[in-house]
Amino acid sequence: MARKLPPVDVVLVGFGWTGAILAQELTEDGLEVLAIERGAWRDTPTHFPTTVAQDELRWYWRKEMFQSTARETLTFRNNRSQTALPMRRWGSFLPGEGVGGGGVHWNGQTWRFLPSDFVAASHNVERYGPMRPGMTVQDYGVTYDELEPHFDRFEKLCGIGGKAGNLNGETLVGGNPFEGPRSAEYPNPPMHMTFAQHRFEAAAKELGLNPFPGPSANMSQPYVNPLGCQLGPCTYCGFCEKYGCGNYSKASAQTTILPVLMKKPNFTLKVHNEVLRVKLDSTGRRATGVIHVDQNGEEYEQPADLVILCAYQLSNTRLMMLSGIGEIYNPSTGEGLVGKNYCYQVMSGADVFFDDKYTNEFVGAGALGMCVDEYNGDNFDHSGLGFIGGGYIACWTTHNRPIERQRTPEGTPGWGSAWKKAVVENFRKSTGVGAHGASMAYANNYLDLDPTYTDVYGRPLMRMTYDFTPNDRAMAAFLTERVREIAERMGGREIKVSPREGPYDSMPYQTTHNTGGTIMGSEPANSVVNRYLQSWEVSNLFVMGAGVFPQNAGYNPTGAVAALAYWAADAIRTQYLRSPGPLVQA
Amino acid sequence: MVSGAWAQYGSYGIPWIAGTSPAPRGIDGARFFTDAERRCVDALVARLIPTDELGPGAREAGVVDFIDNQLAGSYGRGERWYMQGPFAEGLETQGYQSEHPPAGLYRVAIAALNAHCRETYDDRPFAELSEDEQDAILNRVETDELEFVEVSATAFFEVLHDNTIEGFFCDPVYGGNRNMVGWDLVGFPGARYDYRDYLDHNGAEISIAPVGLMGRAEWDVD
Repeated sequence: MARKLPPVDVVLVGFGWTGAILAQELTEDGLEVLAIERGAWRDTPTHFPTTVAQDELRWYWRKEMFQSTARETLTFRNNRSQTALPMRRWGSFLPGEGVGGGGVHWNGQTWRFLPSDFVAASHNVERYGPMRPGMTVQDYGVTYDELEPHFDRFEKLCGIGGKAGNLNGETLVGGNPFEGPRSAEYPNPPMHMTFAQHRFEAAAKELGLNPFPGPSANMSQPYVNPLGCQLGPCTYCGFCEKYGCGNYSKASAQTTILPVLMKKPNFTLKVHNEVLRVKLDSTGRRATGVIHVDQNGEEYEQPADLVILCAYQLSNTRLMMLSGIGEIYNPSTGEGLVGKNYCYQVMSGADVFFDDKYTNEFVGAGALGMCVDEYNGDNFDHSGLGFIGGGYIACWTTHNRPIERQRTPEGTPGWGSAWKKAVVENFRKSTGVGAHGASMAYANNYLDLDPTYTDVYGRPLMRMTYDFTPNDRAMAAFLTERVREIAERMGGREIKVSPREGPYDSMPYQTTHNTGGTIMGSEPANSVVNRYLQSWEVSNLFVMGAGVFPQNAGYNPTGAVAALAYWAADAIRTQYLRSPGPLVQA
Repeated sequence: MVSGAWAQYGSYGIPWIAGTSPAPRGIDGARFFTDAERRCVDALVARLIPTDELGPGAREAGVVDFIDNQLAGSYGRGERWYMQGPFAEGLETQGYQSEHPPAGLYRVAIAALNAHCRETYDDRPFAELSEDEQDAILNRVETDELEFVEVSATAFFEVLHDNTIEGFFCDPVYGGNRNMVGWDLVGFPGARYDYRDYLDHNGAEISIAPVGLMGRAEWDVD
């Protein structure tokens, strides 16, 4: 029997980026906010000092930065004819755990989606006609213009470094000419580019493209954010993604919000407690709170007026399923919405090898890069191409960590003296150009509960059924050729192209950009949450995170995840609190 | 560790508890391999990253010590891996599916490998074969041409290959990359955390001595 605790106004499930944003916003209205996080307390001086952070074996290869798969993982198969088996260790993506969530170990590449990305269905159908059979792409239900102030807020919170390409409709030289109109310049200047970016920039210009600096949550200079939190300049140490930052140089909940939030008398954080389910009243239409369990296995009932799921996309989706909120998607019938439209990111690229030039990529940062956006979204004419969407192409110099990266030219064996020679020759003299492709929703890619495997509490694991789709493959083939054109012009001795071929493999790391499962939309018939990220079924339940993306755009998702969190927080503060109930009438 | 009483924070600022920084644990002297297993793995890793005219290989880097210690600890026991059954063979896209955690995998695979070698090469175990013979065997293990009964040869090769790279390039605190020979070989400066002076390298070589999490041996002062 769960022990009943005193009620709070708001309970947040999970305490990463979206949890910290919601807590900071809702405590401003005097609400009593409790965040429940299953992982540990973590902060910069204690947990990621530079004497601890730069440990490749420990944080990445032994996965100590991430959720423990021993406690909970998911099962995976490429299609319904196969039997899903557990991901016994993380591979293709790396869900975070502990205070700050995945926002501790991200690279900091912080994008706004294109205006057309939010209306991917209606826009593309209007321009190109009906979608391929099986595609379940739909509009977000919120527009770029509505989200613009919220993108801007997050950029200022984080001190994003970049160069505007479209300031209030005016095109600026040196920025991304394809971006939606922004109300303000980035709060910080771009990162300091290195040799590889110079070569990429020159090659892109030669092709008539418009290269621009990648938007960065690594600080290009010292910065004080609007909450008064101070961040230090990035030292380009090459340990961003998969690591905490010891220099207060990467925006995270720890560096941008917690110093302020943790002092508020109306905020409480509980760590090492896992929420097992959202508790509903007898009608099933109202959440009464959550049930959580501590490290000793004691269960608690935490009553709350408002429940907000702020965990990772996979966990939010699973929590909806385990709580019995909404119907789980069934691809055979097309019925059900929870778990529908699981999407990912479709990556391809090319390595560039130089003879006499050193790229020295250990001098790097998570969001140090030059990009082009000509082939993203609907920035180019797709007529006759057989796909919609696209991706940005970039030369990021994020790191040269040697366990993770030994670039070798085409035809090099995987071990032995020939391998060793190739590694030695190319370790400091190579770089990469990558395409960061969108992922369009298909009826056969989805999440549900596994019939066989369970977590540490005996509850079903989530089951992922996923493969790259015909749209993905056509798009990736196109993008890879554009990558090749740039890579070939960077002045290297040779390049090695890595196209996106074969089935999706759950093991090689690709990106932690899992999306969908709790998608947003215009009506209860097509979505789990409304345009304000409010559950259609349970109006005092909101769901944050990339799970609400109906499909994924050709960008890293954190900027859009955070903008949507601010947008939802604003709707809760200005509309919901005045008159609790559905913000959109079904 | 945070005790139950400390599990709730709020209203008094950033919580901080002395002594909770997770300092690197490093190598602790524990061993997993028998002498015969150790000889086998020492020979295996020396073929993956040979000692040659280019410089040190896995042997000089202490890769076998690294692997031995890793297998004796939580990694060897697969403590952070999901090890609940049922176990099935699985597709390539589903990753590692053996019921053996890494230490068990090594034990079973080494036994199978040595049994095969003794049978094929006049009762000589892997460690006593010529380098050419060893390479021929390794090629067959890598591609699953050589089948082990209890475990997948390819799965073993992949784990061994990963562990060898780890042992060659990890921070020396873990017993591998001894004297930073791996980092020196490729020119990786290690756990340095400020490269701002080098941002304008413009394609010129940056050659700086590596440092580990614990600095460099010559920095030690008695």
